[in-house]
Amino acid sequence: MKLTAPQTAAPIVDPGRERATAPARRGRGPHTSAWWALLFVGPTFAGLAVFYLYPTVRTIWISLNDMGPFGRPTFVGLDNYAKLFADDVFVTALRNTFVYSLIVLLGIPIATVIAALLNTPGLRGRGVYRTLFFLPVVTLPAVVALVWRLIYNGDYGILNQALGYLGIRGTSWVTNPHTALVAISVVGIWMGLGTNIVILLAGLQSIPDSAFEAAKIDGAGPVRTFISITVPLLSPSIFIVSVIGIIGSLQVFDIIYLMLGNDQNPVKPEVRSVVYTFYQFGFGRNQYGYAAAIGLALMVIVLALTAVQFWLQKKWVHYE
Amino acid sequence: MKQRGLTRIHRAVAAGATIVAFAFTGCSTSGTSSSVNAGDGLNEQATLSYTIWDAAQKPAMQKIVDEFTKIHPNITINIDVVGTKDYWTKMQTAVSAGSGPDVFWMNGPNFALYASNGTLAPLDSSLVDTSNYPKALVDLYSLDGKLYGAPKDFDTIGVFYNKRLFQEAGVPLPTAGWTWDDFKADVAKLTNKSAGVYGIASAPYGQMTFYNTIYQAGGEVINAAHDQIGYGSPQAAEGVGIWADFIKNGQSPTIQQMTDTWPGDSFGSGKVAMFWDGSWGAAGYAKSAEGKNIDVAPLPMGPHGNQSVIHGLANVANAQSKHLAAAKAFAAFASGKEAADIMAATGTVIPAFNGTQEAWVKAIPGMNLQIFLDEATSAIPYPISKNTSAWNAIESDIIPQILSGKVSVEAGLADLAAKAQAELDKEK
Repeated sequence: MKLTAPQTAAPIVDPGRERATAPARRGRGPHTSAWWALLFVGPTFAGLAVFYLYPTVRTIWISLNDMGPFGRPTFVGLDNYAKLFADDVFVTALRNTFVYSLIVLLGIPIATVIAALLNTPGLRGRGVYRTLFFLPVVTLPAVVALVWRLIYNGDYGILNQALGYLGIRGTSWVTNPHTALVAISVVGIWMGLGTNIVILLAGLQSIPDSAFEAAKIDGAGPVRTFISITVPLLSPSIFIVSVIGIIGSLQVFDIIYLMLGNDQNPVKPEVRSVVYTFYQFGFGRNQYGYAAAIGLALMVIVLALTAVQFWLQKKWVHYE
Repeated sequence: MKQRGLTRIHRAVAAGATIVAFAFTGCSTSGTSSSVNAGDGLNEQATLSYTIWDAAQKPAMQKIVDEFTKIHPNITINIDVVGTKDYWTKMQTAVSAGSGPDVFWMNGPNFALYASNGTLAPLDSSLVDTSNYPKALVDLYSLDGKLYGAPKDFDTIGVFYNKRLFQEAGVPLPTAGWTWDDFKADVAKLTNKSAGVYGIASAPYGQMTFYNTIYQAGGEVINAAHDQIGYGSPQAAEGVGIWADFIKNGQSPTIQQMTDTWPGDSFGSGKVAMFWDGSWGAAGYAKSAEGKNIDVAPLPMGPHGNQSVIHGLANVANAQSKHLAAAKAFAAFASGKEAADIMAATGTVIPAFNGTQEAWVKAIPGMNLQIFLDEATSAIPYPISKNTSAWNAIESDIIPQILSGKVSVEAGLADLAAKAQAELDKEK
């Protein structure tokens, strides 16, 4: 790090910028600059207001009502929220979601190792590997689910075929209550790997080669370099990946919905996530008020966990 | 705003025209029946939207539309196909926003929800003569004595079976009048573990399996007034128990296996000897690997008969339609005799209009499809209530737990009855 210090230390002065902004500020005062700012932020803000703020406020309102399929709300206050934690469907869904998120978090160390390996200088076929790892990200979840359901099929699946050669008798992976959630989480890891690797690779490329060279001179092997150099310097990227990853996995829906195959899958109680439950109550049972309460409860949980992560980052994320 | 002003003018013009027309007929003729046409709204310019969910049926629907517009040249009808996955979500949003289609397809589980919320226009006897349709379908689409849906097509359940597997096991083929005992004995004899053949598949879908056996045992899924769930009765336990036993005895694939592999596929490839499925399945089985060996028998006699559950779609008119008279007329026409003949010729569905189904029966010569029509006369309407999907969701949570043996039939059904009843009570 000492080596890199001089490069960033020199203050950069852009005289052109000074000249361009200074007279404008003097000429029209601070009010105009606020107006300009608003003008540029306006379109984004309008979109945000229409597609995020209004729906959020509206959802809060719906959650305080008993609302059926054709509107006609009746105000019930906090009744829907009171029901939440007494409802074992919601409580098990919450537990399933946390278990899923914890398992999917394992994808981050895996992605870090793969990214570090892909960053090896002089690696042949790097583009091919990157494409292969990114492929699941650009594949439709419905297709991913279809293929993995075939792989996991208890009678005809390729996984059980392979295990059969090893003398292991596989199970019916996505319909066995003991294996279903883990089996689906593995698909979740696999699907998220590509995005994580891309972010981490970008982070790796911003680490100066000099750091690795210094480690080499000091006699560190590849494992030691990975642990003492790569991971600490990559920690800002790892942090971003884990924040995005946790938010994404707490909101998991599509892969669970699709991997279950149909509504009659007996492992539904062991696998359904919070958003799946939200969907079931809202669009399945036409109980929009309660569904809205589930959605908002999840939003609060996501906010809280993200806040905790930002607080914890002080302890482990190294910013230069 | 502009739109609204325009339509108001339109309406005023139409009303004026009608008055003029009445005055005219009053002067020139002495009250013949031709004056009816002037006031029924079918002569004004109108563009209707017709929303359906099956793209495969669009050509037939287009033909029906063409026939209708030939008679009423002032009316234009556009067909929209919305996939089944989004159909009800979109329909709910559109109908509550007042922008729903003028005419659309309706199914049993959603019918009472729409009808009880005043979103459907009643179709009186001058438009739809109910004697032309199976009674159970008319009942399915009636609420408080009024008909809201013109029955379009229907499906009943039969026992598809594999003749080759019957012959190999030395079991005589099922015949009309066979009983539950015959059926159970056949299942036992046809199950051949070493060959990987199951006698039956206890599919966890009520309409295909346990709804039928519950009624055959003398029970009911929901009572006629749609306010009492029937799952708590011993008859219901008998009706569900027969299917749970098949799995427990190893005579049916497990619920896990059936989730992994659709049991209809196992039947079509000769791994399952008998399969209860709807008339909609016939064409697919005829084309399957075992196609030439597959035939179909009527449901076996239970303690209280061999009733099948009947379900079918209906054409409904949106009560908010700007051209209500035209919408109602088209909904009725699209389920009428000419429309039924068009549907029968395409062979995709059984038309609901009595006496038009022959073409469908003859479409697959190797199968005794007549049984599906015969069953319609004694059939039970598909069980529904105002918010069917609320208790259906509980059903699809608990039934798989019962069939997988995780809970006993009695305990599971008691739980199901209590929770489903609680959902049903919310409808009041």
